[in-house]
Amino acid sequence: NRRLGNVRGVCVPRSPPGRRARLSAPGTSRLSSAAREELRRRLLGLIEGHRVVIFSKSYCPHSARVKELFSSLGVDCNILELDQVNDGASVQEVLLEITNQRTVPNISVNKVHVGGCDRAFQAHQSGLLQKLLQEDPAYDYDLIVIGGGSGGLSCAQEAAALRGRVMVLDLVVPSPQGTSWGLGGTCVNVGCIAKKLMHEAALLGQALTDSGKFGWEYNQQVRHSWETMTRAIRKRIGSLNWSYQRAPRERAVAYVSSYGEFVEHHKIKATNGKGQETYYTAAKFVIATGERLRYLGIQGDKEYCITSDDLFSLPYCPGATLVVGASSVALECAGFLAGLGLEVTVMVRSQLLRGFDQEMAEKVASSMQQLGVRFLRKFVPVEQLEKGSPGKLKVVAKSTEGTEMIEGLYNTVLLAIGRDSCTKKIGLEKIGVTVNEKTGKIPVNDVEQSSVPYVYAVGDVVGGKPELTPVTVQAGRLLARRLFGGRLEKCDYINAPTVVLTPLEYGGYAEKAVEVYRKENLEVYHTLFWPLEWTVACRDSNTCYAKIICSKFDNGRVIGSLVLGPKAGEVTQGFAAAMKCGLTKQLLDDTIGIHPTCAQVFTTLEITKSSGLDITQQGR
Amino acid sequence: MHQAALLGGMIHDASHYGWKVAQPLHDWGKMAEAVQNHVKSLNWGHRVQLQDRKVKYLNFKASFVNPHVVCGVSKAGEETLLSADHIVIATGGRPRYPMHIEGALEYGITSDDIFWLKESPGKTLVVGASYVALECAGFLTGLGLDTTVMIRSVPLRAFDQQMASLVTEHMAVHGTRILRGCTPLRVERLSDGRLQVTWVDLASDKKDTGTFDTVLWAVGRVPETRGLNLEKAGVRTNPNTQKILVDAQEATSVPHIYAIGDVAEGRPELTPTAIMAGRLLAQRLCSRSSDLMDYDNVPTTVFTPLEYGCVGLSEEEAVARHGEERVEVYHAYYKPLEFVVPERDASQCYIKMVCLREPPQLVLGLHFLGPNAGEVTQGFALGIKCGASYQQVMRTVGIHPTCAEEVAKLRISKRSGLDPTVTGC
Repeated sequence: NRRLGNVRGVCVPRSPPGRRARLSAPGTSRLSSAAREELRRRLLGLIEGHRVVIFSKSYCPHSARVKELFSSLGVDCNILELDQVNDGASVQEVLLEITNQRTVPNISVNKVHVGGCDRAFQAHQSGLLQKLLQEDPAYDYDLIVIGGGSGGLSCAQEAAALRGRVMVLDLVVPSPQGTSWGLGGTCVNVGCIAKKLMHEAALLGQALTDSGKFGWEYNQQVRHSWETMTRAIRKRIGSLNWSYQRAPRERAVAYVSSYGEFVEHHKIKATNGKGQETYYTAAKFVIATGERLRYLGIQGDKEYCITSDDLFSLPYCPGATLVVGASSVALECAGFLAGLGLEVTVMVRSQLLRGFDQEMAEKVASSMQQLGVRFLRKFVPVEQLEKGSPGKLKVVAKSTEGTEMIEGLYNTVLLAIGRDSCTKKIGLEKIGVTVNEKTGKIPVNDVEQSSVPYVYAVGDVVGGKPELTPVTVQAGRLLARRLFGGRLEKCDYINAPTVVLTPLEYGGYAEKAVEVYRKENLEVYHTLFWPLEWTVACRDSNTCYAKIICSKFDNGRVIGSLVLGPKAGEVTQGFAAAMKCGLTKQLLDDTIGIHPTCAQVFTTLEITKSSGLDITQQGR
Repeated sequence: MHQAALLGGMIHDASHYGWKVAQPLHDWGKMAEAVQNHVKSLNWGHRVQLQDRKVKYLNFKASFVNPHVVCGVSKAGEETLLSADHIVIATGGRPRYPMHIEGALEYGITSDDIFWLKESPGKTLVVGASYVALECAGFLTGLGLDTTVMIRSVPLRAFDQQMASLVTEHMAVHGTRILRGCTPLRVERLSDGRLQVTWVDLASDKKDTGTFDTVLWAVGRVPETRGLNLEKAGVRTNPNTQKILVDAQEATSVPHIYAIGDVAEGRPELTPTAIMAGRLLAQRLCSRSSDLMDYDNVPTTVFTPLEYGCVGLSEEEAVARHGEERVEVYHAYYKPLEFVVPERDASQCYIKMVCLREPPQLVLGLHFLGPNAGEVTQGFALGIKCGASYQQVMRTVGIHPTCAEEVAKLRISKRSGLDPTVTGC
């Protein structure tokens, strides 16, 4: 059984420099209460997560005897040598709290505290130790994952591949408009995949326009059929759902289409679509329930408005649409709807694309305006939405700055004002998992562990992490490896490149650190550019934009690369890899461009933003 | 023109996404005019730029009189003698005509002509196996023309051969007729104005004929060195290739005469390399820097219908340099999301990363076959320039859903023998 691999010196955090706990006198703890709580959680995780755990010191003869005993029984142990970690003394303090024993060796078998050396040998003689060792967890599963999205499935499949007994619970609660979907979570069903396909449909509309300039002729007025598009997209997503359902089975993951809710420690109630309840137990749990879209909380919103959950499978063309919100989802939906030829208005309360580079965000918006999207800035819908003349909705909105009111008639109102974590109705309070009251997210430490040691969380349900599928997949996979594969690698949440699929695509990769640098320590190089395929198509020569942010110190290291233009995602991916390898401005200049591409513009950036020089391109 | 062909594919795709559009026809004349207008505006732009930077531009044909003096002849035949401290030769190359083939010069055209044709070339035979040959054949097919490529031995010789065969396989599946192991013997004009080409199959020695509207030679390029009177300056060339011999400083056998671009021996025939070599040379000549041009790890993209982007070593080169035991190749067959709805065939969408086997597994080369290959490859080329290891690339978070993210997810090594097909997303 590989997960009982002999792991030495693992899982215990090293104290920050200058706080070497071993320097502190016994009993006079210098650990902050938060740090103590954190350490306690980790130690409990260690004890509860392994069959045999021995806290030991490498030079201690008693510890050595105990290790020999287990070795003679052919049992793999997890041993933590307290003299070989920085905070051994703190560990001992916390062990005192947990086990009422400060000294080493300190032995736990199947979560039962056995005691020290003498007690272990007594237990061996009386047969208790063997009994404890035999008593494999009486749980139904080693791991139950709640939520079958990207994070949940990657974690479950990896855990099963490492021979854990794993169950996945996944049941989609229909949207207020009644939309529901299959396995795979938001990304597949109502997120990245569906969105990219609709974006692709809109781009093809643009391609049709361009194609005339390239000599293509078709004699008919081009129209778009919403039904044909959604049917094709549903077909694609259906096949993905199926492959997701098949994959767990191939990997021996038990997949149950039921809603999971904790009822007591280590026990969960699973309710299926028909309301039948079944109970399951597990040693560990992973919460990967993700988020669902938020509503306005005004009268008529759930009755009349739709969200992106509904849009991707809407059986009819939405017509004139009001998009409420300024998130990437809002702008992406507004963008492709406009690209499909619909009349689109976006209502924005304050900032566009919060959290993104604001210069880029404004450029995205202005390119959408050129496409005919109308923006209502600083307005929020305040009054009830009523059904107007057939198939029409009346929206009354109020300025956020004054008393001005505006009214509008739309066929569809699409809400994209953010998402709420699905942490409310899954019984977390019954087992004491801490949830951030404001955000509804589950705080976890750097190994995705919640306040309850055997409960972990991955994906959008976790606070303060980028909400991106590949990050979540990575986090889930690494979590499974730590839990079942004896690995230590943690998920690096800091550097995640991203793309926004607005009509003019935005791709960016910036170290979080950009915000901590002082402006005077940064040098920004930028340019507008004219993609070759846009020249013949007579599209604007001063829309696409590229910039890089360099640190003036650190050899001009590139800490951000941002692009607005076609295929921004494909362009950005490699730059992210290069920045991971320490890309500098000099190396960028030394690299030869691939001609003719958009990406090559980055290899010839000469104008700094601070110089104020003109960056416009000469069109025809 | 590649973009025009891609748009044809997109019009076809569009119907799957709900766009109601009739079967389109392609008007060559309209495209050619648009493309030519753009190219002319580029020509104009270059002249304006020279003026802006106070470079004197003379529309002369130049040849050496002695190592320091060049004679320029204007269109009207007037001669002007010019002298300079430094002279840079950047005359480039022109497509080669296979002069031993009867009718080649008379009836054939080259890539110099194809972009300026006012009328559609019609049914076309492309002779050659270079990237120019495959690119031209690819876009002609994409524009709906009956196109045949005749290849004597191997396609894309200097490139990774597995990738090269996937490129041609994709072309063959998508309607380009490929004649392997054949070489033309003669071209004749028939009474109806069409061209009859006779060729021989080198393996069986059997002869065959076909009729075409256009025969396009893409059998390589000849450097423009013959009219330069290089011997008067003492500049040495390679007698086989006619290219000018240069050192790492781009200097020829005469220290104050330099050669850059396609005319220089052993340099990749690529625009951005020529630009950078020129810029670096200028900086050295003005004592602004002593940086030399690094001709290693030059990324490039072949714009065949399925684009092929690459940087660094091919698998063959890596094995030759380091030995098979020391090379690890990670690879994947993947399906681009944009191929799914129109049910496009993705059998040739393939990525491979050639690495050293020993940790940290330095990346030696990357080969990407799929849509937007140039855009994908550029950033990874930077990574390789930064000395990227396989581990570092794997630790890069993917951008979902893109084709480029598949590069950061390459987990199957060739050595393992496991199925490299990516399933799911």
